[in-house]
Amino acid sequence: MTIEVRNIVKKFGSFAALDNVDLKVGDGELLALLGPSGSGKTTLLRIIAGLDWPDSGEVFFDGENALDHGASERHVGFVFQHYALFRHMTVFENVAFGLRVQPRGVRKSEDAIRARVKELLDLVQLDWLADRYPSQLSGGQRQRIALARALAIEPRILLLDEPFGALDAKVRKELRQWLRSLHQEIHVTSIFVTHDQEEALEVANRVVVMDKGRIEQIGTPGDVYDNPATAFVHGFIGESIVLPVEVRDGAVKLGGRKLDIVANGAAPGAANLFVRRHDMQIGPAGSGSLEGSVQHVRTFGPIQRAEVALCGSEGKTVIEIDAPRDRELRTGETIGLQPRRYRIFAAPE
Amino acid sequence: MNGVPRRRSTLPGFGLTMGLTLTWLSVIILIPLAGLFLKTFDLSLEQFWGIVTSRRTLNALRISFGLSFLAACVNLVMGMVVVWALVRYRFPGRRLFDAIVDIPFALPTAVAGVALTQLFAQKGWLGAPLAELGIKVAFTPVGIFIAMVFIGIPFVVRTVQPVLLDLDVEIEEAAASLGANRWHTVFRVILPSLIPAMLTGFALAFARAVGEYGSVIFIAGNLPNVSEIAPLLIVIRLSEFRYADATAIAVVMLLAAFIIIFAVNRLQRWAQTRIPAH
Repeated sequence: MTIEVRNIVKKFGSFAALDNVDLKVGDGELLALLGPSGSGKTTLLRIIAGLDWPDSGEVFFDGENALDHGASERHVGFVFQHYALFRHMTVFENVAFGLRVQPRGVRKSEDAIRARVKELLDLVQLDWLADRYPSQLSGGQRQRIALARALAIEPRILLLDEPFGALDAKVRKELRQWLRSLHQEIHVTSIFVTHDQEEALEVANRVVVMDKGRIEQIGTPGDVYDNPATAFVHGFIGESIVLPVEVRDGAVKLGGRKLDIVANGAAPGAANLFVRRHDMQIGPAGSGSLEGSVQHVRTFGPIQRAEVALCGSEGKTVIEIDAPRDRELRTGETIGLQPRRYRIFAAPE
Repeated sequence: MNGVPRRRSTLPGFGLTMGLTLTWLSVIILIPLAGLFLKTFDLSLEQFWGIVTSRRTLNALRISFGLSFLAACVNLVMGMVVVWALVRYRFPGRRLFDAIVDIPFALPTAVAGVALTQLFAQKGWLGAPLAELGIKVAFTPVGIFIAMVFIGIPFVVRTVQPVLLDLDVEIEEAAASLGANRWHTVFRVILPSLIPAMLTGFALAFARAVGEYGSVIFIAGNLPNVSEIAPLLIVIRLSEFRYADATAIAVVMLLAAFIIIFAVNRLQRWAQTRIPAH
């Protein structure tokens, strides 16, 4: 099932939760909506599910207007951050709920329902918990049951709202991989919301980065990381060094000093230079367009992270860079720095 | 170094509070009840049986418990409607209505009795139109029933309200996304979650109605066998200095109330094991 969202606007009072959002999701995709809190990602998900209604705009499922139908008629599986399991029902009854409330004509026989629930509990590998109540399960188990419950109705689309947000780091990691392999198995068009970039980049086929009710970039995980379209995306995904620069006549200046990099078509005027921490080439003093003294070095795993105070900039600018372990950095040492890969975005007014 | 070290609880004061609790409950509840039972031993078994099974006693008990049960049922249904409106919707005057619910708690029962009697008397604001329809409220069992409904409603509202407030809206959204219509959502998801609180509210409203005296006697008319409640019969016996008779009726009321409260309590336990809190 494909999803198409057109010109969605949703306001809460004077706050624009969604500001003219367009999005197309292909059949069988596993898409992540990534953004900080308040970026509108959950609102967009809830509108697709029919739990919220846009002020204007359209939503189509396979070309058919979804806004004509309420949540209960859309056949959309929804997984909540806090599980939202029915606590007065056993795990079995929770999963069976969607099958039991089907209209009489469509409803499966009791035997068929039992078989289907069994099948789903097997799929989420929790068949041994069928007779328990939700309060007796761990967070990770509850979320898998919530997923089984959503899948029971054979949804055309699966929507997950911060599905792993309430879980601890280890369980979250396990469930991420599990979700991806589950998606490969059942192949239903899925969208999940997260504020965790690692989660989005690791699980999704495509990532939609949102901020302040707008879509900043849509792309593969590699794309949004390597070729961020906007300053926001560069700053939000991955760690970035941000330096205020001035672009004039194709030259880039930092604190009046010309840097040995090209403006790449950035508009003249105040701008920000974005460099990934590991994209700073380190050389002997005087070797790059930037120079700084190492103030502090920490090593962990294969990298060393150094705090470097840039020379020649007004005030004191300290940046953090990551360098491989083979080039030992010492506190107090003066080094030359040259951005290997970088992006320049006009400074916000 | 000598013997087992004293175990220290992290919560201090167990001995003190437990001692006070037992003493207090004994003085306030258990000793008066024991005295009640002891007093009935002034009667022989036949005498006791005779008093308890006399027509007037049986009728008074039937009126008290029967009407209280009916009133509690009505309160349960209407209380749920009130709770739903107060919790789920935002409307002007909501806080005022919320406060109004507490009036039967706070109002002296005699005042309530007088007010209801005025209202439902044959020339009262509501009594007159009802009389034209041929319905007599004041000085009939219907009046007793109305007084009992009046004093019982806050119990249902106040016990169910916090539980409904606490109920996550997400579970309704989950139900909707699974294809449930409103009917299914209400009857399969919301109400089952509220059952323990509803049972508590019902039991409290019922118990209060059985014990209610002040507001009922004004409106009841107090005709023996027709509109005479058991507490009133006890008072009448006391004023006739027939203390043993009074206590015999009291003991029966006590036992009945105890059995009913116990049964509701069991039901509630059973419901709660099925719906553990989080």
